Amino acid sequence: MAITLTEKAADHVSGYLSKRGKGVGLRLGVRTTGCSGMAYKLEFADAVNPDDVAFDSHGVKVLVDPKSLPYIDGTELDYTREGLNEGFKFRNPNVKDECGCGESFNI
Amino acid sequence: MALLQISEPGESTAPHEHRLAVGIDLGTTNSLVATVRSGAAVCLPDEQGRALLPSVVRYFPGGHAETGYAAQDEQSADPKNTILSAKRFMGRGLKDVANIENAPYDFIDAPGMVQLRTAAGVKSPVEVSAEVLKVLAARATASLGGELTGAVITVPAYFDDAQRQATKDAARLAGLNVLRLLNEPTAAAIAYGLDNSSEGVYAVFDLGGGTFDISILRLSKGVFEVLATNGDAALGGDDFDHRVFCWILEQAKLPPLSAGDTRLLLTKAREAKEAITLHGTARITARLGSGDVVEATRTTEIFAAITQTLVAKTLGPTRKALRDAGLAVEDVKGVVMVGGSTRMPQIQRAAAEFFKRDPLNNLDPDKVVALGAAMQANVLAGNKTSGEDWLLLDVIPLSLGMETMGGLVERIVPRNSTIPVARAQEFTTFKDGQSAMSFHVVQGERELVSDCRSLARFELHGIPPMVAGAARIRVAFQVDADGLLSVSAKEATTGVEASVVVKPSYGLADEDISRMLKDSFEHARDDMQARALREARVEAERLLEAVRAALAADAALLSAHERTDIDCRVEALAKAVTGKEHRVIKSSSEALNRVTEEFAARRMDRSVRNALTGQKIANLKL
Repeated sequence: MAITLTEKAADHVSGYLSKRGKGVGLRLGVRTTGCSGMAYKLEFADAVNPDDVAFDSHGVKVLVDPKSLPYIDGTELDYTREGLNEGFKFRNPNVKDECGCGESFNI
Repeated sequence: MALLQISEPGESTAPHEHRLAVGIDLGTTNSLVATVRSGAAVCLPDEQGRALLPSVVRYFPGGHAETGYAAQDEQSADPKNTILSAKRFMGRGLKDVANIENAPYDFIDAPGMVQLRTAAGVKSPVEVSAEVLKVLAARATASLGGELTGAVITVPAYFDDAQRQATKDAARLAGLNVLRLLNEPTAAAIAYGLDNSSEGVYAVFDLGGGTFDISILRLSKGVFEVLATNGDAALGGDDFDHRVFCWILEQAKLPPLSAGDTRLLLTKAREAKEAITLHGTARITARLGSGDVVEATRTTEIFAAITQTLVAKTLGPTRKALRDAGLAVEDVKGVVMVGGSTRMPQIQRAAAEFFKRDPLNNLDPDKVVALGAAMQANVLAGNKTSGEDWLLLDVIPLSLGMETMGGLVERIVPRNSTIPVARAQEFTTFKDGQSAMSFHVVQGERELVSDCRSLARFELHGIPPMVAGAARIRVAFQVDADGLLSVSAKEATTGVEASVVVKPSYGLADEDISRMLKDSFEHARDDMQARALREARVEAERLLEAVRAALAADAALLSAHERTDIDCRVEALAKAVTGKEHRVIKSSSEALNRVTEEFAARRMDRSVRNALTGQKIANLKL
């Protein structure tokens, strides 16, 4: 299994990273908060931690800490547009149910 | 399903806690809304991908209104009900607005602010601006997928209180929570200064649709300091349009025009101006209401010639602003160009010649203000991004206070007071005959001066000799809108005064502030005890001082036994003071107070007797 980005998501991440002027890649993870158990973490990564699991997708380095990986393994990160709203979307095969807002989930 | 944005490392917000904040550039001609998305400021476009929203509102019979491009397209057809450049009328009376006779509206002179009669009824410029803000707010809500926490709205540096208040009123009417109003040049400086993180003195040259502002800013250590501003509140792209319009009238030798024709020719003039900037030449064709066709061709040279005086009008204020800042052209490290009108080649050339350097324009001059406002809004809404150690204060991050006897802090301006703020408190002398007082201004939340940050010291001399506690010295703290603190001390009877000016925010990074706050929470109990101890000591020392002075003067009033008793208590208190138990000091002070009560009463009697001896009752002023 792996974590992947869609091409569109990768384009946006690369764009944001170059605008930001620093950072080695993108960090995905989960935190045990949120109205439905878990919450996604989506951050710029400035450094690779020794125990990080790294993936490469369309030229973007994706880092996941080993504790988070089981919850999101197999996830595809997409960039979508819904009307005027646009942003990243986790397509996570491990999810059993999500809260209505989609910002937190349960497995 | 909410769509996510990328956060800074370690700063992912908990679900539902990300605060949506926007920056709005409420412009004379065009308005924009921007936000910070995945760490970058971006303007939010409409469904057609257009970032600009023409600040044009058309009113219809029945009350509804249309805003933006649709309204702008109809401005020639319905000039009386299509309101543009409403910003010029914000907080202004009829006589305050330049060139008002050229505006095709039905004005009503109302107290305070001019009103406009439209098909939808009488509207104030505040209501017109609110329509523009409503559209931007709706666009932002749809783009960000949630309710807005708040907005930073920009205003020209020249706006006075009435105009700023009108802008705030418009935002409230549009249902927006205003985090703060931000001066346009400062917003532009935020957009440039942070993206490029270059320090030094900058000139912000802002020629918008209706206003010209020149600001001299100093960016150093991430703190913005406004050195000087100047400008012309009635000079902008509209005036260039108007000059072209007049030129067309002269060329075509036209008779007085109807409102519709005026609007049509003004639109054509604007299009011609934009075409010349892009292509160097423009052809104007217009069919008037009478059926006559107006035709003219303009080139860059003609355009430059007919607008020469307008260009020159930007340089006078620029010169003045530099002089006010005490700087020469050579001191300016860069010139930031803001506003769509700075695209005009003659403006670029004039700025380059004046400052002897090519102006900065790597950000879109139409968007730069909105982008800066968005960055500010993001910080004010509480979405902190790392590396942003700059502070644009609108509240005081840490309390400001004064050192009092015993090294204690007397807090005068509590933290989170919104600025500008002024607070005053009275202090008095500690010793008899004290003729000078030293003031120590400190910043922080701790109870002891040694744990706070020292900002400034100054002294007040010339206090008339009085007994301790009789002098009244009023100490006033004043923090202006730029975060500048001035402290003054004034003695009430003689009026002698001393003052000092400090910049409290300078050099304090966010981390310092949060560390100082955290310390104050962690040490709350220690601080409480430390304060009690110091207070007890100060009181004890004041008492010892008074008793010793009284003994030196009036020892004769005491019997040997009484004297021994007092001496014993004085000694006990003097010893207690050196200890760390504030309760022991307090009880010793009380004991000394008790044994000296009789002594004090006798002294009082004697001084009254002395005062009355040899006086006739008639001579006494009672």
